[in-house]
Amino acid sequence: MDKVSHALVEFREMDALAAQESPLHRMHPLIKLLVTLAYIVFVVSFDKYALSALIVMVLYPILLFQISGIPVRTCFYKLRVVLPLVCAVGLFNPFFDRAPLLFVGSVAVSGGVISMLTLMLKGIFALMASFLLIATTPMDQICAALRILRVPSLLVTLLLLTYRYISVMLREVSVMSEAYHLRAPKQRGIHVSAWGSFLGQLLLRSMDRADALYQSMQLRGFHGEFYYAESPRCTPGAVGYGVGCVAFFALARYVDLPQALGNLFVR
Amino acid sequence: MHMADALLAPAVAATMYAASGVAAGASVHELRKDENTQKLPVMAVTAALVFAGQMINYTIPGTGSSGHLCGGMLLTGLLGPQAGFLSMIVILAIQCLFFADGGLLALGANVWNMAFYGCFVGYYLIWRPIMRGKLFSGMGARGAGRAKIILASLLGCVLTLQLGAFSVVAETSLSGITELPFGTFLGIMLPIHLAIGLIEGVITAAVLLFVYETRPELLRDIGAGAGAESRTSLKTTVVVLALVAAIVGGGFSLLASSNPDGLEWSLFGNAEAGYSENMGLDEDEFGVTSSAADRAAAVQEKTAILPDYAFSDSDSAAGTTVSGLVGSTLVAAIAVLICFIGGFFRKKHKAAAK
Repeated sequence: MDKVSHALVEFREMDALAAQESPLHRMHPLIKLLVTLAYIVFVVSFDKYALSALIVMVLYPILLFQISGIPVRTCFYKLRVVLPLVCAVGLFNPFFDRAPLLFVGSVAVSGGVISMLTLMLKGIFALMASFLLIATTPMDQICAALRILRVPSLLVTLLLLTYRYISVMLREVSVMSEAYHLRAPKQRGIHVSAWGSFLGQLLLRSMDRADALYQSMQLRGFHGEFYYAESPRCTPGAVGYGVGCVAFFALARYVDLPQALGNLFVR
Repeated sequence: MHMADALLAPAVAATMYAASGVAAGASVHELRKDENTQKLPVMAVTAALVFAGQMINYTIPGTGSSGHLCGGMLLTGLLGPQAGFLSMIVILAIQCLFFADGGLLALGANVWNMAFYGCFVGYYLIWRPIMRGKLFSGMGARGAGRAKIILASLLGCVLTLQLGAFSVVAETSLSGITELPFGTFLGIMLPIHLAIGLIEGVITAAVLLFVYETRPELLRDIGAGAGAESRTSLKTTVVVLALVAAIVGGGFSLLASSNPDGLEWSLFGNAEAGYSENMGLDEDEFGVTSSAADRAAAVQEKTAILPDYAFSDSDSAAGTTVSGLVGSTLVAAIAVLICFIGGFFRKKHKAAAK
């Protein structure tokens, strides 16, 4: 399967996950959005050597995966995009920061190794959080939450329209590249002679499609703003969940919980 | 070039969000002025097209590798800076949300690095001056238009990608994420993105040229109505373009290699300072004078799992490590417990549903 059809499958998969049913799916989108942002901010704000304190933050995604019933496997599949870049930056740390920070038996672990591991964990945690947000919240609900946050309607409508059109475009590109490759076997990409015309043809057709789209929108009474499907209610329980989560993140950020927990048993 | 959340400190991320937010606000304000809602579907469809178009592999002749499209310049040429910028924001947001390409917190920085430079710098500094200028006027209206598009696409992609790569390095360094020295990191990023920019520029030029040949009215700032004269085939143009790119690229790489390589330099610099001798973890000498060790020592006092174990003779330090490890294990146990409870309730739920 080529890259385009892969993207199409991934897109549909996320849509299907967001359409499932769970307490997390039923929660107000704005609260989910804000808690996710707070989580990411707290995670990345940990000190670069604070590996042990950071570990507590794993509890939030684990709890959410359990509540929502979303398979963790789908999320880890997405890590392949994020991890290489984070690793590429982090991998240099062990070379430049060689001061030993910790000894495991007689093996010295340098600051660079610890900061590299911390960086990777931060990358994984941040990805899990935003994955959980999008896997439990349909796009129109996210757009509704953005409208509550007073993001301009032009931008939100554009986001929603583009989102709708991406799957159409992906299908179109997938069909085109399949047709191209059937006629040009043993060729891995698009040949130089077709660089301009391949996407150019699609572009011209898309412009006509945009015209038709606009006309149909106008016939249905579009005047610059969409009406979003009714979002779930903002219940006191949801607000409590949000406040509780943020309080836990703050506690974990400023108090080294694993350390405190360990002290209970060791001393 | 998509940055992940982990590569940014919250303060830097917030600053970039603010900067991108101002640019987005100004763009929305500008677009609202003409009150033309017709542009909205065009923007959405073009954004979706660029999103899908970036996944097409273009074979680079003579090599086994492939290049991709430069979204910012293409959108600028088709929609103008403001509409192009907003379309790029939407593309980056969807890439981040659905494909984990870039992070939610890093979105502001990614918008700045890719969309702002690509659309605003690309348009006001490159696209518009070149299109309105009298460049290549000896080649006839059609030929001049073609040459201008090629020049603008190439220059635009190279410049905006260089600016973007520079910003990535600056933001990562300001966030204190990497130990890689600023100059070295820059020395790695810029040449890579020079090559990428040249290839993206050629592909973008090819697509824009096709649009120019078939429907020039779709492009910004190009005087339509020029007669068809001196038609050169697209293939010839692309070949010439690739040659120019190769020459420019070769020139740049000569320039770059006459300077000492950053990574090499920094490693040598460290070796001269006696750094390499210390690799055998000679603790008596190592760490006493090194600034890295001083910093590390300061951090050790604050953090739990990384105690002053190696340098101190107190027993409490050992205890600190052990309690940190025990605590972490307990956290892991709690995590496993949550999984079990979750599994139990879901099974029960399924059983109830049956």
